Amino acid sequence: MERTFLEWVILIWNSNWSLFLIGARNTLFIALTGTIIGFAIGIVIGIIRTIPIDDNTHPVARIAYKIINFLLLCYIEVFRGTPMIVQAMVVFYGAAWIYNIHLSPITAGIFIVSINTGAYMAEIVRGGILSVDKGQFEAAHSIGMTHFQTMANIVLPQAIRNILPATSNEFVINIKDTSVLSVISVTELFFLSKSAAGVNFAFFQTMSITCVIYFIMTFTVTRILRYIEIKMDGPSVFTIHGSQSVPEAQIRIVNRE
Amino acid sequence: MDKIIEIRHLQKSFGTNVVLRDINFSVSKGEVVCIIGSSGSGKSTLLRCLNLLEYPSGGEILYHGNNILEQEMSNAVYRAKMGMVFQQFNLFNNLNVLDNCMVGQIKVLKKDPASAKEKAMEYLELVGMSQFITAKPNQISGGQKQRVAIARALSMEPEALLFDEPTSALDPELVGEVLKVMKKLARSGLTMLVVTHEMGFARDVANRVVFMDSGVIVEDDVPEVIFNNPNNERTREFLRRTLEE
Repeated sequence: MERTFLEWVILIWNSNWSLFLIGARNTLFIALTGTIIGFAIGIVIGIIRTIPIDDNTHPVARIAYKIINFLLLCYIEVFRGTPMIVQAMVVFYGAAWIYNIHLSPITAGIFIVSINTGAYMAEIVRGGILSVDKGQFEAAHSIGMTHFQTMANIVLPQAIRNILPATSNEFVINIKDTSVLSVISVTELFFLSKSAAGVNFAFFQTMSITCVIYFIMTFTVTRILRYIEIKMDGPSVFTIHGSQSVPEAQIRIVNRE
Repeated sequence: MDKIIEIRHLQKSFGTNVVLRDINFSVSKGEVVCIIGSSGSGKSTLLRCLNLLEYPSGGEILYHGNNILEQEMSNAVYRAKMGMVFQQFNLFNNLNVLDNCMVGQIKVLKKDPASAKEKAMEYLELVGMSQFITAKPNQISGGQKQRVAIARALSMEPEALLFDEPTSALDPELVGEVLKVMKKLARSGLTMLVVTHEMGFARDVANRVVFMDSGVIVEDDVPEVIFNNPNNERTREFLRRTLEE
């Protein structure tokens, strides 16, 4: 008996829906955790790599900074310069072979995604910090703030706002790229879809469902992050409630930028 | 008179480019000093050296008699005593008008939020921006931004306020509101050091006018002498060119 595409999809969903949902949950969990940890790594490294070093810096501090900066650069270049699928293999099997540590696939997966995202985010954060107008640093210094006060109160909030689109991009990439973790048997969406397809040999129909689930996840995430961006920006029009002469007046000041 | 800042043999060079050579002058409490001169004469660099935004290459900056380039006083502590108003306003874009005036008081002076707010409101009132406390910098005009920037600097209760061409980035119609605030401050006895192209302001408000050219102070005198009867040919030439426009 010949089934139509729709009948196939319904059949596959009915017999495998729990696999799809578990896979989607694991994918989202790894991508979210990995993005958050990677973001934190990126912030820390981005801050370290933008510490101002000039002629007045103590020579010992300058040398220490050079060494740390070199090591961070090595980390960034190595993890940006090799495929995540290979990193997954190396870390997962390497941990077992060298240190005799048998990581659970999910732990290994989160670890890989985190340090991989961290390497990208480090450069994104650095760019975000450099994109903040030099005048902001000068104004903060001019009222007596130290470098770290300036960073925490003035520069980072602006840098983080500026890098939100890039961060949301990383998150979407992570949702999709967790699929490479199937090589170390992480039970994420692609891995479980493959096992579902292996039962009925309907690869096209099964993967079509997988596609839709991936898209729903990525699309939802981009919408949510866009909403956060808009919230952070606030309204572009400022309304004063009541003026000195007319208390009930509403004066609208239109954004002049 | 009590000298707040005294500068001796100050020098500044960027690489081989000497911007300031052997600058000597002082500012006493309550004085309003205007620094005039053509672009590239080093007047902004001089002001920025006073706040250590540029680190001098040589010479001394005496703050109440102590050389801050040698003393153990940290740059941050000294800077908090020298307020600065920038040409490009440089309001903190992530904070609203009120927080712009409070953040320094809370983080640097370690004041509690209530008294910081009181102080901030006092100065926002003075510059006429108290109605805009919840506005973000991108929601207000250039003149309003500059007035908030002045309130922010005043909230730190500095000993002197440095103005780096405060009206040069403003539309002509907005220059007046900022100058009005500055005149008010000058009359209140605030020590001010103003780099400006506003000759009218220098003539009417300043106690002293300093004319700079090619990194040196050419003439330093009361406005009556500088504007009516300058001693130096270069001053005369500069004023003739500027006032003709």
